[in-house]
Amino acid sequence: MSEQPVIDLREAVAVLGGFPVLAGATLAVQLGEIVLLRGPNGAGKTSLLRLCAGLLPLARGSGQVLGLDLDGEIELIRPRVGLLGHRNGLYADLTVAENVRFWGTTVGASADEIDAAMDRLGVSGRLADVPVRRLSAGQKRRTALACLVARRAELWLLDEPHAGLDAAGRDELDGVLHQAVASGATVMLASHELERAGALAHRTVDIVNGTVVEDAA
Amino acid sequence: MSRFQVARLVAVKDLRVERRSKVVTNQILPFAGATMVMFAFALDSKGVSGVDEDGQRWTTDVLALVAPGLVWLATLFSLLILVGRAFAVESEDGALDALRVAGVDPAAIFWGKSAALAVQLFLLELVLVVAAVLLYNVDVPLGGVALLGVTLVAATFGLAFVGTLYGGLAAGFTGRESLLPLLVLPVVAPVLIGATRAVESALGTGGVALAEGWPWVGLLAVFAIAFGVGGALAFGPLIEEAT
Repeated sequence: MSEQPVIDLREAVAVLGGFPVLAGATLAVQLGEIVLLRGPNGAGKTSLLRLCAGLLPLARGSGQVLGLDLDGEIELIRPRVGLLGHRNGLYADLTVAENVRFWGTTVGASADEIDAAMDRLGVSGRLADVPVRRLSAGQKRRTALACLVARRAELWLLDEPHAGLDAAGRDELDGVLHQAVASGATVMLASHELERAGALAHRTVDIVNGTVVEDAA
Repeated sequence: MSRFQVARLVAVKDLRVERRSKVVTNQILPFAGATMVMFAFALDSKGVSGVDEDGQRWTTDVLALVAPGLVWLATLFSLLILVGRAFAVESEDGALDALRVAGVDPAAIFWGKSAALAVQLFLLELVLVVAAVLLYNVDVPLGGVALLGVTLVAATFGLAFVGTLYGGLAAGFTGRESLLPLLVLPVVAPVLIGATRAVESALGTGGVALAEGWPWVGLLAVFAIAFGVGGALAFGPLIEEAT
């Protein structure tokens, strides 16, 4: 494990619409870890992921992601982070291949890397030319994950990544995450599917009322 | 990737989305056409006459006289729908957030989306000019074609830059459909005035001389450059605040 945590939050406070969605969260995630965030709805899991992705400003406290300061170096953090939230970030009128190609190309991925990402998530071949609008929820999720793979993110932030996936899709996702970690990425995911996600994660942390409670699990 | 390459990527993506969805051809063009027909119903088509600066007497239909203004009004109404559509595509599945997380240069997003919007607007304006010729009995003199073309290009870019800038601002707000016209219409008033005067000159409407149109084109060009540069600088902070 590296000495410099990939995520290093200290008493981090984030406010959304006047409400403190994170109220002094302290968390360190090391390189190559898969960390599961656990907590009830509204506890702050999604906000924590969005803070680390640079989408939610840090109001108080301090935070570093990939060695860069969340309070001033967000533009450098974002291209190295991949966030899959509740929404997939796909263009419904474009085909699967066009979506993956678009998101891969934004970070300079080669055609081979983009094709490999589609193969890995099982959205190549016949599905590649289908408009996203016509896909099932699970197929959309796979396409979004393929976009994330094509983007070659160093830190993966996943919000309910198993949602909508069938059994085979879940197994594939777990395999993709293990492969990402093996190639040097770090993963933090929020999930209510504790059995599946808990088995995948190296460590589980509880989020309670916007604060992080470390768990030994 | 360079800023230009990313802008081109965004523009191609937007145009592809619009070509697939057929919203422009199936909804916005018919809307613009219907607006032109409604103007024709609402305005009296009786002849009016006057004397130009050289003492020459002219006579024309009311509709032909006001056609340049009607073309640009129809363009503005259509612009609002186009802009709303351009950002609905980004918002409906969280793509705007994904663009931000991907670290895509906001200036490149701005120029890319503006370029795609400009292409659609330009095609729409050509259709509206043809509609004005057919419905309002407008003549397009050969000598005015260059002025007409340059006016369409300059006004199109001005409208596209303003539309993209305020579309991005409104994208994160609830009630953005009603907010967008409130933000955009006052700002594009100079384009409406300048483009109408320039097209009047190009068409010789009401005896206006051709040479009188070029200063208005200058105004349109300055407007487009100001919003093209200013918009690129402001777009990043605006979408940060709005989303």
